[in-house]
Amino acid sequence: MSASLSVGQALMTAAGKSTFILGLVFAIAPLLVWAERRQSAMIQDRVGPHRASIRLFGREWRFLGLLHPFADSLKMVWKEDFVPPGADKILHAFAPWISLAPALLGLAIIPFGPAIYFEHLGDTLMLSPEGVPCVAGLASGVLGCTAAASQLGTELQVATLDAGILVFFAAGGLGVVGAALGGYASNNKYSLLGGMRAAGQMVSYEVTLGLTLVGPLLVFGTLRPEEMVRWQSSSIFTWGFVLQPLAFVLYFVAAMAETKRVPFDVPEGESELVGGYFTEYSGMKFGMFFFAEYVEVIGLAAIAATFFFGGWQIPLLTDAGFVVGQLHLPLSHGWVTALRVGGFVVKVLALIWLQLMVRWSLPRFRYDQIMRLCWRYLLPLSLVNIVITFLVIVWLRS
Amino acid sequence: MGKPVKRPEQSRSEQAFLPEIAKGLRLTASRFFKNTFSAAEKGDIATVRYPEEQREYPERFRGVHRLTQREDGSPRCVACLCCSTACPAQCIHIEPAEYGDGDPRKGYEKFPKVFVIDELRCIFCGMCVEACPCDAIRMDTGIHMPPALERDAFLLDKEVLLRVPAADGSVKSANPRHEPGDHTYPGIDRDRSGH
Repeated sequence: MSASLSVGQALMTAAGKSTFILGLVFAIAPLLVWAERRQSAMIQDRVGPHRASIRLFGREWRFLGLLHPFADSLKMVWKEDFVPPGADKILHAFAPWISLAPALLGLAIIPFGPAIYFEHLGDTLMLSPEGVPCVAGLASGVLGCTAAASQLGTELQVATLDAGILVFFAAGGLGVVGAALGGYASNNKYSLLGGMRAAGQMVSYEVTLGLTLVGPLLVFGTLRPEEMVRWQSSSIFTWGFVLQPLAFVLYFVAAMAETKRVPFDVPEGESELVGGYFTEYSGMKFGMFFFAEYVEVIGLAAIAATFFFGGWQIPLLTDAGFVVGQLHLPLSHGWVTALRVGGFVVKVLALIWLQLMVRWSLPRFRYDQIMRLCWRYLLPLSLVNIVITFLVIVWLRS
Repeated sequence: MGKPVKRPEQSRSEQAFLPEIAKGLRLTASRFFKNTFSAAEKGDIATVRYPEEQREYPERFRGVHRLTQREDGSPRCVACLCCSTACPAQCIHIEPAEYGDGDPRKGYEKFPKVFVIDELRCIFCGMCVEACPCDAIRMDTGIHMPPALERDAFLLDKEVLLRVPAADGSVKSANPRHEPGDHTYPGIDRDRSGH
């Protein structure tokens, strides 16, 4: 997409986009720790953390407990980094990285906004009848193209790849290695068992996770997330969760199992496995496992938003502004882009909220129940979904 | 042969999981929205942010002791030692003394020269209050002993105990007190005893 840009410009935009998505994750992840604690407190008629305070302008500010994540991260940074005797020191040090890096890598393919035209931020853009973006204007009283866009747009997506969603799966698959290695390298029975459980669970659910998304892939006819979002256009009835409701439910369950969070948190269990595969981790190494978990939560929500909730699409908002029937509220390209990026962030936050609600509503499964749910219910259902989707598509085309 | 265990019967919707999960989510979400956005400031939240806000004590909460005063500000206590005798923790120390010659109360009653309660030993059972025949010791202050760094600070003597007010601010007792010599005095006094 950036064919007309020089290498320097391309690097600059890539760095800018990476910074945005990383900044988003690094901002949301600590917020998630706070949201998790506050939300659970609200659900359980408690107050939640609100003690950590900072002294500013001669007053004590508590910001609703928002300072707790910062206090926690400071604590983690300064804690002793303990490596158990007999542990494989190298693998022990690498495991958290192998856990965190793929989680972050998966976010690279998420389109967090539409293609942006830096030279036309002030203009109103629209699609010409040929499907090419152009500058919109009133030509003889009718809204139409007056000039072609002077440059190619930059996709608001770190990596625009043909493989697209497959990269996300590949990266997610690497996350298993981090958990398993962490358990293996710790020289601790509980860690090893936790790592094995994590590996077994994640490998099982990865199958389902991939197959649930085949349905939407058939509908969209592309592996590129940015194309999927375009396909879902601005109408809510073409969004993935309307066309593929079963796939959405299956994906949500399987992805929650992939994050190893509460209904599926058997890799850790205080009464049986202590802390699971990160029992022997402390300080920032533990923090990285912890952080990876929240990054996975964000990634899950971002993929769900892209596949099932129209990504950055906002209902009724077109490239040229809001259009309701004959009414047209023109907006400049810059505003449209900002609104759409904001819409994407809001969708991600809403899906994260839903995950936290599930996490604080359901008791955990037993390990055999987790496996049964995966292999005997989710997997056949996702296969059924694929077949039905396939038949419907063939029927529609004939 | 073991006894067959009856399996719990589950309806189709229960076995299907998702409707039940939706029910559970509806419940937790209703709590969440009520507590987060309710018009009343706190919703249904039961937690008290302790040092800043405190739970209201019940009316008959047994707090730190106080010695009630007479009209003239002296203690109503007549040093009968009923309270220190009744005290299961033995935390009350009283040294009785006689009134001086010419005092109208001399011969009728004693007064506590020393009255010390060790609030660290006290178990706040309230037996001293029950035992007192003069309504001289009460636990209606509604406060608990403030923290201190030294044990001696918990030894409250007569002067301190006399100054501690009740929860309503009073340092006296609502029950009437009849001094010897008053015409309302219920007992036998010098004039009526025939001496």
